[in-house]
Amino acid sequence: MTFVDTAIVSGVTVGEFLLVAAALFVTLAVMMLYRAIIGPTNQDRVLAVNVLGTNTVVILALLGAALGEPWFLDIALVYALLNFLMSIAISKFTVERGGVI
Amino acid sequence: MIEGVRISLVVVFTVAGLFFTFFSATGVIRLPDVFARAHTASQADTLGAGFALAAVALTIGVEPAAIKTVLLLFFIFVTNPTAAHAIARAAYEEGIEPWTTGDDRR
Repeated sequence: MTFVDTAIVSGVTVGEFLLVAAALFVTLAVMMLYRAIIGPTNQDRVLAVNVLGTNTVVILALLGAALGEPWFLDIALVYALLNFLMSIAISKFTVERGGVI
Repeated sequence: MIEGVRISLVVVFTVAGLFFTFFSATGVIRLPDVFARAHTASQADTLGAGFALAAVALTIGVEPAAIKTVLLLFFIFVTNPTAAHAIARAAYEEGIEPWTTGDDRR
């Protein structure tokens, strides 16, 4: 019996708890999509997509731990890198003369 | 005994991560301008992701995959505020006016 199958209270294992937490994180991410769609300026949209990306990384890590698939973490690492690169690149290219960091 | 402590820590960290991510979502949706939103996105979201990833690392336990989780945690702690800073600075250079009292933007 692994740690993920241990019961927290009777009937709920750690794995199921983490799956429910991942579902709640998905709900919050869908809420934040509202800002990415209506955001009055482009920077609002980039910021909302950046926060959504961080949420996606967390969801991937939670699913990887809950389902016992450690390779999900590799995808989460790549996603975090691409997310950071996306924010920096878009901020850099929307400003006339560089220097955003 | 030690298993019980580990389970309680996983539950506490996951709930704390959900708590802070909820406030970051509320802030991103409700605050009035891009600078206020950048502030909530960099602070609350980084802490929420940090707590959730700490819970994942505790769940995985002593295995090579836990090192990746800790790496991910440190990476997010460094890059998330940096990205928010770059976005806020780009917004300032574009000439977006910061929100002040009496501004009815929302």
